[in-house]
Amino acid sequence: MANKILIVDDEPNIVISLEFLMKKEGFEIAVAADGDEALAKVDSFAPDLVLLDVMMPKKSGYEVCEALRADPARAGLKIVMLTAKGRDTEVAKGLAIGADAYVTKPFSTKDLVVRVRELLGGA
Amino acid sequence: MKAKYRFIAAIVVLALLMTGPFVVTSLLVWLDMKDAERTMLTELLLSRLPVGTLMTLFGFAIGAAVLHKLFKQYVEGLLRMAETLRLMLGANRDFRVTPDGPPEVRQLAQAANDLAAQRDALMDDVDAQIARAKASVEEEKNRLAALMSELAQAVVVCNLDGRILLYNNRARLQFKALAQGPTSVSGGALIGLGRSIFSILDKGQVEHAREVIVQRLAAGKMPMAHFITTTRGGQLLRVQMVPVMAGEGGLSGYVLTVENITRSIEEEERRDQALHTLTQGSRSAIGNIRAAVANLLDYPDMEPELRERFLRVIDDEVARRSVVIDQTMSQFSDSMKTRWPLEDILGIDVIAAAQRRIEDKLKLPTKTEELDDALWMRADSYSLIFALGFLASKLQDHYAPRELRFRLSSEGRLAYLDLIWSGPAMSSETFYTWEMEVMQFGSETSPLTLREVIDRHGGEIWYQREKAAHRAFFRFVLPVATPETEAAPEERRVTGRPEYYDFDLFKFEDASIDLDRKLSELAYTVFDTETTGLEPSNGDEIIQIGAARIVNNRLLRQEVFNQIVDPERPLRPEGIPIHGITEDMVRGQPTIDVVLPAFHEFCEETVLIAHNAAFDMRFLQLKEERTGIRFGQPVLDTLLLSAVAHPNQESHKLDDIMTRLGVVIGKRHNALEDALATGEVFLKLVPLLEEQGIVTVRQALEASEKTYFARVKY
Repeated sequence: MANKILIVDDEPNIVISLEFLMKKEGFEIAVAADGDEALAKVDSFAPDLVLLDVMMPKKSGYEVCEALRADPARAGLKIVMLTAKGRDTEVAKGLAIGADAYVTKPFSTKDLVVRVRELLGGA
Repeated sequence: MKAKYRFIAAIVVLALLMTGPFVVTSLLVWLDMKDAERTMLTELLLSRLPVGTLMTLFGFAIGAAVLHKLFKQYVEGLLRMAETLRLMLGANRDFRVTPDGPPEVRQLAQAANDLAAQRDALMDDVDAQIARAKASVEEEKNRLAALMSELAQAVVVCNLDGRILLYNNRARLQFKALAQGPTSVSGGALIGLGRSIFSILDKGQVEHAREVIVQRLAAGKMPMAHFITTTRGGQLLRVQMVPVMAGEGGLSGYVLTVENITRSIEEEERRDQALHTLTQGSRSAIGNIRAAVANLLDYPDMEPELRERFLRVIDDEVARRSVVIDQTMSQFSDSMKTRWPLEDILGIDVIAAAQRRIEDKLKLPTKTEELDDALWMRADSYSLIFALGFLASKLQDHYAPRELRFRLSSEGRLAYLDLIWSGPAMSSETFYTWEMEVMQFGSETSPLTLREVIDRHGGEIWYQREKAAHRAFFRFVLPVATPETEAAPEERRVTGRPEYYDFDLFKFEDASIDLDRKLSELAYTVFDTETTGLEPSNGDEIIQIGAARIVNNRLLRQEVFNQIVDPERPLRPEGIPIHGITEDMVRGQPTIDVVLPAFHEFCEETVLIAHNAAFDMRFLQLKEERTGIRFGQPVLDTLLLSAVAHPNQESHKLDDIMTRLGVVIGKRHNALEDALATGEVFLKLVPLLEEQGIVTVRQALEASEKTYFARVKY
């Protein structure tokens, strides 16, 4: 069975590319446009990995990440933070609150796919 | 007295000497004689007795006279001399003994006079030395004050209690700008000699900085502290503190250098913001584009519809980014200039300086054409003038123009400074090499190239030809400056040294009002009001308040309050010639509700002084209810104090007192001028009152009260 990936980002211009790419890579995809929707989709869709944007309306990516990590039942869920916030302090924060990887935009799609595969392969 | 007794004793001794030996001899002879001899002698003697007695008395009289004369000359004469010597010693230095009496006494007098002359010479010498020393100290002080007043930084010197001992003009302007509302018209009521710095700066921060300095001193480090503080108006101030050391190595005060960094901080924030929009903001856009491009490249065989969508993503993101970049550039163009320190300078000043240098060094005549003489530029004047000189000398070397001309104009936010000459066209390649050359002008070489100078200004330069006029010009494009709005240079009310400092305040511990302090030690506000009429209870109102401060026995003409007030009622025509204030002048001025709080702040911690104070106080008190401002401090009245000092004088009108005390002042009948006159009068009255034993404020108030009641009774 294909791994399931939830893409959380409020910018359709990146969602379209990620969605296309991940589908081509053979993953099953769902999309959420803000933090609240993301938490709901995690419950309904039960993804193996979340591609999570930091800057979003309603709930920030950090908050979503913290909420997900607060639930021990989801310990196996992989979280990759995708963000335009590239300062090292922000990277440190993302990793500290439990993200498995922190990828700053702009990123190479190939690298992203490699990271995603690595994370899911280890699961 | 004692001398007189001694004289009487001497007379008695003389009498005994003249009669004693005869009487004793007679007695001894008498005892030796027989009776017959005695009878014979008695007869013999009795018949001659009157002659003998007469002779004895005569001799005695002569003896007494001689004795008296000697006494007068040698005893009383010397006593008199002793008195005059004592006078010379004390009250009157110039007094001299008049040589009088016998030669010995004269010689003594002469010797005493000689001694006195020698002493005078010595004393004069000492006085002269002291005067010289004082003068040099005074000169040093004045030099320091002059130096401080011209400094571009705001400097304030305080004693350990935070009382201001010195401030410079820059500080005054800066704090004046910070003052809110009509306080600004009071000449910066916040800052003033003897006032507390804590009304401007946060006390906790100042005290903390002082502790830091004490600790650094103890640790042998450079004693200096910085802090940043916000004012009531939300301005940011960067304050640097260095200590003023007392002789024994202790702290006696501190020097504060204050810089308003609100503008530069705002600019920095804007710059950060610009940087942020350009970096972080670009990240997601480029991320979107990159992902879309990667997909297009990696999956060339995707459906046309999908391909179209990815291309749209790229198109959309690129278009949006372009807009952002344009916006950022126009919004932040100022903040993104190089950080080279540029100053605001008047364009014509730069041109005048460049003309001087070019004519001086190159012997090349210069002229000016249209000059915008109100145009300010942001520039580094030294390197800019150097660049103009460099171009002039290049032109001279290559094209030998007969003269150079300058032109200055502006367009929007850009200033155009043109260097014009007549001659053949030059190639743009030539100019390009000039731009990149290290600049040389006369014997001087600059480490910079023309291009670097231009870049530092965030400006541009180009070569342009005016074909019709057969001439060409270099155009320097520089940013136009909006000079910081500073208070217009006000007319100096006094000539001579500014009263921005008073080092005697170092000893001035506490400025709070204590009625038992000496009159000469307290801080005062002398004030006067002009009013629409004489009956406050009948609707007359204040139309002007003028006030000045007296600190440490000195009238501070720079620290004044001078405000015209809108009385919110028509002026009485008969009053206008007296106060010289017209309807036009009061219209648009703040009302008493605004002015009174500012005046109250100006008077803080001072004793009030006014001439016929009861009148002015009545006007202030009638406003108490409406404004909630109460003037609770003690009030001295120069009219009453003059009556205390000169109880027998008929008039205590201000003009008459001024004549009596020799106070000369230019104008009168303007609230500020009258307040200043009152201040001068008060300072003259203080020593006169002291002579009468009236030294403290309490004594002055009590004495005033007595005269007041005395006058009321009559």
